[in-house]
Amino acid sequence: MSIFSTKKSWINLTIWVLLIALIIAAPSVLPVFRLNLLGRYLSLAIVALGVDLIWGFTGMLSLGQGIFFALGGYCAAMFLQLNSAGEFPNGIPEFFGLYGVEKLPFFWEPFKSSIFTLISIWLIPAIIAGLLGYLVFRNRIKGVYFSILTQAALLVFFNFFNGQQKLINGTNGLKTDVTQLFGQMVGSEIMQRWFFWISAVLVILAWFFARWIVRDRFGNILIGIRDDEARVRFTGYNPVIFKTIIFSIAGGLAGISGALYTVQSGIVSPQFMTVPFSIEMVVWVAVGGRGTLLGAILGAVLINYAKSLVSEALPASWMFIQGGLFILVVTALPEGVLGWIRKDGPKKLLFLLGINKKLETYPSLEVNEQGEVK
Amino acid sequence: MMTSPLLELKQISVSFEGFLALRDLNLVLNQGDLRAVIGPNGAGKTTFLDVITGKVAPTKGDVIFKEKSLVGQKEFRIARKGIGRKFQSPRIFENLSVQENLALAVSRPKTPFSLLINSLKVKHLDQIQHLMSIVNLQSKANIRAGALSHGQKQWLEIAMLVGQDPDLLLVDEPVAGLTDEETDLTADLLKSLAGDHTVLVIDHDMEFIRRLDCPVSVLHQGHVLKEGSMSDIQKDPLVIEVYLGKTDEEEQ
Repeated sequence: MSIFSTKKSWINLTIWVLLIALIIAAPSVLPVFRLNLLGRYLSLAIVALGVDLIWGFTGMLSLGQGIFFALGGYCAAMFLQLNSAGEFPNGIPEFFGLYGVEKLPFFWEPFKSSIFTLISIWLIPAIIAGLLGYLVFRNRIKGVYFSILTQAALLVFFNFFNGQQKLINGTNGLKTDVTQLFGQMVGSEIMQRWFFWISAVLVILAWFFARWIVRDRFGNILIGIRDDEARVRFTGYNPVIFKTIIFSIAGGLAGISGALYTVQSGIVSPQFMTVPFSIEMVVWVAVGGRGTLLGAILGAVLINYAKSLVSEALPASWMFIQGGLFILVVTALPEGVLGWIRKDGPKKLLFLLGINKKLETYPSLEVNEQGEVK
Repeated sequence: MMTSPLLELKQISVSFEGFLALRDLNLVLNQGDLRAVIGPNGAGKTTFLDVITGKVAPTKGDVIFKEKSLVGQKEFRIARKGIGRKFQSPRIFENLSVQENLALAVSRPKTPFSLLINSLKVKHLDQIQHLMSIVNLQSKANIRAGALSHGQKQWLEIAMLVGQDPDLLLVDEPVAGLTDEETDLTADLLKSLAGDHTVLVIDHDMEFIRRLDCPVSVLHQGHVLKEGSMSDIQKDPLVIEVYLGKTDEEEQ
């Protein structure tokens, strides 16, 4: 019982119960179109967890997570394209024919293997993030300079992928919905249901993994780096290694996220590496609650769901709403929605509105009251 | 036979774009020494700690610690060799609890893998309890360090230094902003640490330095002007001219 004795745990438990109930109920309640959207948003929650690790905990604002997200997506799409390329000329994916390419580029070869693909989806983004991170952190580039640098890296990757028709179909991207997997079309209803389940399970596993990383002294060092990096150094720790590891982990999570998003949206293209998309990832975490892993998941799922609902009802207004939401959170709830709830925000609001009862002094009574309000 | 000193600064010069912050500075500390360094603002006191801890590379000269040169080494490596540093304003991890702050200081080895996989050893848990009792923070073990008072933060930082098990403690203005009573307690604490550790204290507060009752080095324009006991120093005409004399004038 002891782990549920604190208020924070009660809030977490409530959110988890709601989230898991939603996941279990969704496939039988939602039409497959909505289910597919929810699955995509759950996969986006994984990249948001990575953003929370590097930004919320370690204080490094990366505006280039789209790189790793897209790389994961490309790995998955290359495998699927090859897996269903048998009927095309030369036995290579159809688009190559458009550019007169007859031989498969060398780096496509290993993606014929499903095992290689499953590993590369997270390992390639993790390695690239690790290398990029190491070079940046070793030179003590941080703060705004780090953010600008990651955004510049994003533009480099975007332009490269956008221009390489003969290698990866350039700006058109790689389609996955008409490819085959286990004798089924990837875009088919049954496959999409499976991808929903896989996304749901992986979000939960990713949460446990991230939780395990920040649970103890390793997480405390990350917080230490965020708050006072020099102190970490003079305490005998090498911040470069810690930052490289966490940036690499965030890259790996982004890769998994990108692969799941690709198979559920039916295409991966350089659009995954546009600047606004990477900034949106940061907005999800900011709204959900920096440094609260659950907040990152909530932010990603809720904002994206709201986005699709609002876009259907009032096309073109979403960008204003999202911008407004971001400004509201930054000014009124600097710790995000979850941080606000955890710090007695709702009760303070009631107090401000003058409909609050006198303050409870016994903590468990407060919790019970919260539970009833919810 | 003479044993070799713990720390030796040889002819250290540091120049910032032509401005000489330190100029042919020599200093020797033996095992177990307690030493105070005083000097007017801009005398190079903090730069001198920056050189020892690897934050600033000397333009000229060498720093010898345990018979090996420290020049060119990274800060975290110098810290691991046994040099702990306390900053001028308390620098602790404000968003971690007192206990978590100390846990990071006592953890060994300080590698990411070890922090992730191993849990804290019993002897380290005992050490944390011991450190909290030295600085009187047991009752605050689970309080966020940012919520401590200024004096408690200073002590927590000193406790973190001691937790690193350093041979040499560099303490920069530990009593800035403390009450008289806290100042006295801090002086006693530092005196009790000397012996097991070598302690170098930088401060402005003459009462505090007198209470430490230890040899004093006077720094002036990046150079050691005079070394000796507090009473010798106060009689020295040169010191009076550059430092103490000035304070007298200000008082009038």
